[in-house]
Amino acid sequence: MPSDSAASLPFAAQRAMRIKPLVILAVLALAAVVLFLTLGVPAGAWEFALSFRTGKLVGLILVAFAIATSTQLFHAATRNQILTPAIMGFDALYLMIQTSLVFGMGAMATLDIDPLVKFTAEVLVMMGFSTALFLWLFTARSRDLHLLVLVGIIFGTLFRSLSNFISRMIDPNEFVVVQGAMFARFNTVNIDLLWISIGLTTLTLPVLWHMRHQFDVLALGRETAIGLGLRYRRVMFAAFGMIGLLVSVSTALVGPVTFFGLLVVHLAYRILPGARFAPTLLASSLIAIITLVGGQAVYEHVLGLQGTLSVVIDALGGITFLYLLLKGVRR
Amino acid sequence: MIEISHVSHQIAGASILSDVSLTIPRGGITALIGPNGAGKSTLLSLIARLTPLQGGQITVDGADVTMTPTDALARRLSILRQDNSVAARLTVADLVGFGRYPHHKGRPTAEDRVHVEQALEMMGLHPLSGRFLDELSGGQRQRAFVAMVLAQDTDYVLLDEPLNNLDMKHARQMMERLKEAAQASGKSFVIVVHDINFAAAYADLIVALKDGRLHSLGTPEEIVNRPCLRDVFELDIAVETVGGHPFALHQIAPEPLVDT
Ligand SMILES: Nc1ncnc2c1ncn2[C@@H]1O[C@H](COP(=O)(O)OP(=O)(O)O)[C@@H](O)[C@H]1O
Ligand SMILES: [Mg+2]
Repeated sequence: MPSDSAASLPFAAQRAMRIKPLVILAVLALAAVVLFLTLGVPAGAWEFALSFRTGKLVGLILVAFAIATSTQLFHAATRNQILTPAIMGFDALYLMIQTSLVFGMGAMATLDIDPLVKFTAEVLVMMGFSTALFLWLFTARSRDLHLLVLVGIIFGTLFRSLSNFISRMIDPNEFVVVQGAMFARFNTVNIDLLWISIGLTTLTLPVLWHMRHQFDVLALGRETAIGLGLRYRRVMFAAFGMIGLLVSVSTALVGPVTFFGLLVVHLAYRILPGARFAPTLLASSLIAIITLVGGQAVYEHVLGLQGTLSVVIDALGGITFLYLLLKGVRR
Repeated sequence: MIEISHVSHQIAGASILSDVSLTIPRGGITALIGPNGAGKSTLLSLIARLTPLQGGQITVDGADVTMTPTDALARRLSILRQDNSVAARLTVADLVGFGRYPHHKGRPTAEDRVHVEQALEMMGLHPLSGRFLDELSGGQRQRAFVAMVLAQDTDYVLLDEPLNNLDMKHARQMMERLKEAAQASGKSFVIVVHDINFAAAYADLIVALKDGRLHSLGTPEEIVNRPCLRDVFELDIAVETVGGHPFALHQIAPEPLVDT
C-alpha cells in the first residue's frame, strides 16, 4: 500500500499543472482590459474616455462570464459538450419574451415601466420558461445526442421566428423599441441595465461556489449522480435557473451570440483537460474576457470597425461547432 | 438485509416486474440470474432508487429506499449499472475518486484517498490510474467503474453484469476479490451474472428471475441443476460437479435425457 503522502502526490501535481495556464490566462485578460481602456484615447480626452469605456468594459466582462458559465452549466446538466443554451435557442426565447411584452402592452406602455422592473420581470419569466422547458427535455431519460441537436435547432428556429413574427405585428413605430435587441452589438452595450445586471450576475456567484462539487457529480450523468447521493432534481433546477438568468443578462446587454459559448468553453476544455467545474469555469471566463474585451479593443480602437466582432466570433464558434459535430464528440 | 415486497413495475403499459417479493440477506454474494429481459436490471435500479418505485416496497436494513434521504442511502448502498459512460473527460483516478463523494461531498480527506487507492489496487488499475477513460479498453474501463463503486465502501453493493468485457483472468480475479471482501468485511454483493458457473462457484444465494417474476431462489445446488436451468432459460443444459460446485456445460447441447 502506498503511503498517504505518495497517494496524494498526483493530486498536488495536478493542481500545480493547472495553476500555470490559469495565471497566463489571467495576465492576458488583464492585458486585454488595459488595452481596451487605453488604446487610441485622444490626448486630453482621458477622463471622458475612461468613464465611458469603463461602463462598456464592465458590460463586456459580465457578458463574457454569463456566456461561459451558462454554457458550462448546460454541458454539466445535459451530459453533452456540443449543445449550448444559445444553440438550443435560449437567447431567442428571451427575445420572444421581450417582443411578446411589447406586443401585449404596446411600446408606449412598455417604455413607461421602469426598465429595471421590466428587466427583472423578463428575467423571472425566462428562468421559469427555461427550467420548465429543459427539465421536461432532459430529466426524463438520457436522450440521443443527435436527436437533441435537432430538437435544439428546431426550438431555436421556432423561438426566433415567433419573435420575428410578433415583431412584424407590432406597429412599425413601436418596432424600433425591440429591433435593437435582435442583433449582437458589442460596441453598444446596453448601459441602462448595467447595474441590475451586475446585481443579478453577482447573485449566481455564491450559488456557483457552493454547488461547484455538485456540478462535477451532475456531469457524470443522471443515474451515476443519483447513485452517489446527489439531489438530482434540485441541482438541475439550480443549474437551469442560473442558465435562464445568465442568458437573459447577456442577451439584454449585447443581444444574441450563437456560438461564442461553445468556442470559449471548448478552449478551456483543451487547456485544462479533465479539470473540475470550478477551475474550468475560471479558464473559460478568462478566455471569454480575452476574446471579447481584447477583440473589441482591437476592432474598435485599432481597426476602427464597428459591430463586426460578433460576426467574426460567431464564425469561429460556428466552425468549432461543425468540427465537433463531424468529429462526433464524446457524449 | 434488503427486503423487496410486492414490487411491480410497468413501462408504457407493459409489465416489466410483477409482484416480486424476496429477501436478500446481509453479508455474502447473491447472484441474480435470468434470461435477457427478465427484469434484473430494472429490479436493481429500483432498489438503488434510480428508477422511481411504482408499486410495492423496498427496504435496506429497514430503511425505505423511497423515504431515506438520497445522500444517506449513498453511504449504505452503491450500484454499478449495466451501461456505463461519462461525457466529461476524466482520468481513472478521478472517476474512482467520485466514488467517495457521498462521504466527503467534495473535500476529500486522507481517509478518502486510502479508499481510492485500495479500490484501484483491488481492480489492478494502478498502472492506469492517470489515463483518461477514453484511452482504455472496454474491460479496463469496466474495471474502473467497478473500482468507483467499491471506493464508495457501502454495506450493500449492487453490480449489474460487472464481468462484462472482462477476460478470463480478470473475471475470475474480480469474483475472488468480491468474495474476499464479502467474507472479510461482511459486505453484501448483489451481482447480475450471465455465466451461471460464476454464480455456482461464488454465490451464497442464487435468485432466478423470469418474465418479470421471481422464479426460484436457493443455494447453487438448488438452482444450478438441469431441470431448474431448463425451466429458467428454456435451454437444456448438462450439469456436472467440479470441485464441489455444480458446473453447467451450457456451451454445447447435451445428450438428450431418455426419461423426464
Ligand atoms: N425504457 C424502456 N422502455 C421499454 N421497455 C423497457 C425499457 N427498459 C427496459 N425495458 C424492458 O423491460 C424488460 C426488462 O429489462 P431489464 O430489466 O433491462 O432486463 P434484464 O436486465 O433482466 O436483461 C425488457 O423486456 C425490456 O425490453
Ligand atoms: Mg440487464
